Amino acid sequence: MTMTQKILAAHAGLSEVKAGQLIMADLDLVLGNDVTTPVAINEFNKAGFNDVFSKDKITMVMDHFTPNKDIKAAQQCKQCREFACQYGITHYYDVGDVGIEHALLPEKGLVVPGDAVIGADSHTCTYGALGAFSTGVGSTDMCAGMAAGKTWFKVPSAIKFNIVGKLPEYSAAKDVILHIIGMIGVDGALYRSMEFSGEGLKNLTMEDRLCMANMAIEAGAKNGIFAVDEVTKEYLKGRTDREYKVFEADKDAEYDEEYTIDLSTIKPTVAFPHLPENARTFDDIPEIKIDQVVIGSCTNGRIEDLRAAAKILDGKKVADHVRCIVIPATQHIYLTAMKEGLLEIFMNAGCAVSTPTCGPCLGGHMGILAAGEKAVATTNRNFVGRMGHVESEVYLASPYVAAASAVAGRIAQPSEVM
Amino acid sequence: MKACGKVHKYGDNVDTDVIIPARYLNTADMQELAKHCMEDIDIDFAKNVKKGDIMVAKANFGCGSSREHAPASIKASGIDCVIAKSFARIFYRNAINIGLPIIECEEASEKIENGDEVEIDFDTGVITNKTKGETYQGQSFPDFLINIINSNGLLNSLKNG
Repeated sequence: MTMTQKILAAHAGLSEVKAGQLIMADLDLVLGNDVTTPVAINEFNKAGFNDVFSKDKITMVMDHFTPNKDIKAAQQCKQCREFACQYGITHYYDVGDVGIEHALLPEKGLVVPGDAVIGADSHTCTYGALGAFSTGVGSTDMCAGMAAGKTWFKVPSAIKFNIVGKLPEYSAAKDVILHIIGMIGVDGALYRSMEFSGEGLKNLTMEDRLCMANMAIEAGAKNGIFAVDEVTKEYLKGRTDREYKVFEADKDAEYDEEYTIDLSTIKPTVAFPHLPENARTFDDIPEIKIDQVVIGSCTNGRIEDLRAAAKILDGKKVADHVRCIVIPATQHIYLTAMKEGLLEIFMNAGCAVSTPTCGPCLGGHMGILAAGEKAVATTNRNFVGRMGHVESEVYLASPYVAAASAVAGRIAQPSEVM
Repeated sequence: MKACGKVHKYGDNVDTDVIIPARYLNTADMQELAKHCMEDIDIDFAKNVKKGDIMVAKANFGCGSSREHAPASIKASGIDCVIAKSFARIFYRNAINIGLPIIECEEASEKIENGDEVEIDFDTGVITNKTKGETYQGQSFPDFLINIINSNGLLNSLKNG
């Protein structure tokens, strides 16, 4: 069995599962945010459930349209807050201690290796970085998960990515995952797992892995998952006292496809509108003037991302015609960036620094684009209208490339401004 | 169970951001959301759609976000079934869970054109194109999923045991 299949089998009480099999599995954590939870609560009430399966295994994170962007958004958060209060939900996070869910949960130690997690947010696949099975679902699934603590899954087959080598300077985990999506396409892993292992894993930090697992959904995958190693164990120290089980893929596990990814060959990469698979390296990028840069999101709003951006922006200025918005993904990251002097670097360069929010990534607020405007963003989607007007454009890139582009005023790689 | 209606046809990789843009997700009122369904790729959809119509698209329909508002707004707009070559997996789950019938069929996805009159038999998976006089064999669901769809969604099926 693959790593994913072993975790699913253990949660379904089965000694073995096969790809394509439909199973009912117990859940270790059920997640929702301020956009998806209200729909789940409406369904919960409509169905007449009168309690949750566990107060400690449900988490609600008010991150999408917060701080409340308008009255309707405020109503949605209020509904979540009241529900969390009524049922005594332990891990409810609101403005002041909130962060973007997929940066916050690992930081708080809420997910450990071997867990089975569902979240009413497509980027829930992020926690695969920790060696957990973790997948995005809808609000009805969230509701059923909250009430019953279990849900149905079709056991996925898998694609194996054998990671070797080490990334060159100014190449990042974001470039690796954009390269992979460019290679296999936005439905290249549809219904399947993406499993990452190999001797090169030791050269990827936990933050690198969170970034890569985060975008597994952009290749259509059910989940992305990394083998557990010393990096994982080190990351978990001090974050959790939960005991966890490490699952390894069987030596004879079957994979639909296998790829070797040599990190040393990865170059700065940009995904052009309007699909994440439109990945290009700088030998194939014309001069494209930009209006906005966003550095943040569940993909690239962690401290190492801010350090990377600050390394480029230190002592430089954002181009006159560019608005550069930096969004630390959690309060802890924000505070760390402040203590390290990163916020000063950003503000001296002419960036706006925001409180944690998903905000502009999904065209919510805090940096919406007008017709014809172009943005380089460290976010995860560049669909039509994703960050604002239907005629605006989003180019996905790493924090290095985003920061370099902010300085150059056009899509640029770090070597052009350093 | 059958569905029969006029087709609204789209292409590959129709994502959840165009099915229902995030700027409208500050409400969970699906009738309200239905007014904006598909507007970023088909501004007149909400105006033209009639109860019982069918949506047909190509590969990877519903890719992107997990927002259940996507299948729910399609259902609330009056669409009775979505046919595609393939569906993104969260959309697939969500559609089943809320009781929006969907069916995978490559041939139907290629041959059906905008405006065609199409009938779907969910028990057999047979899709009949009345305009062109053709039939296509779609993939039928396993019993486990048919039970959810026939119960009009996951929660009803859980309640009904």
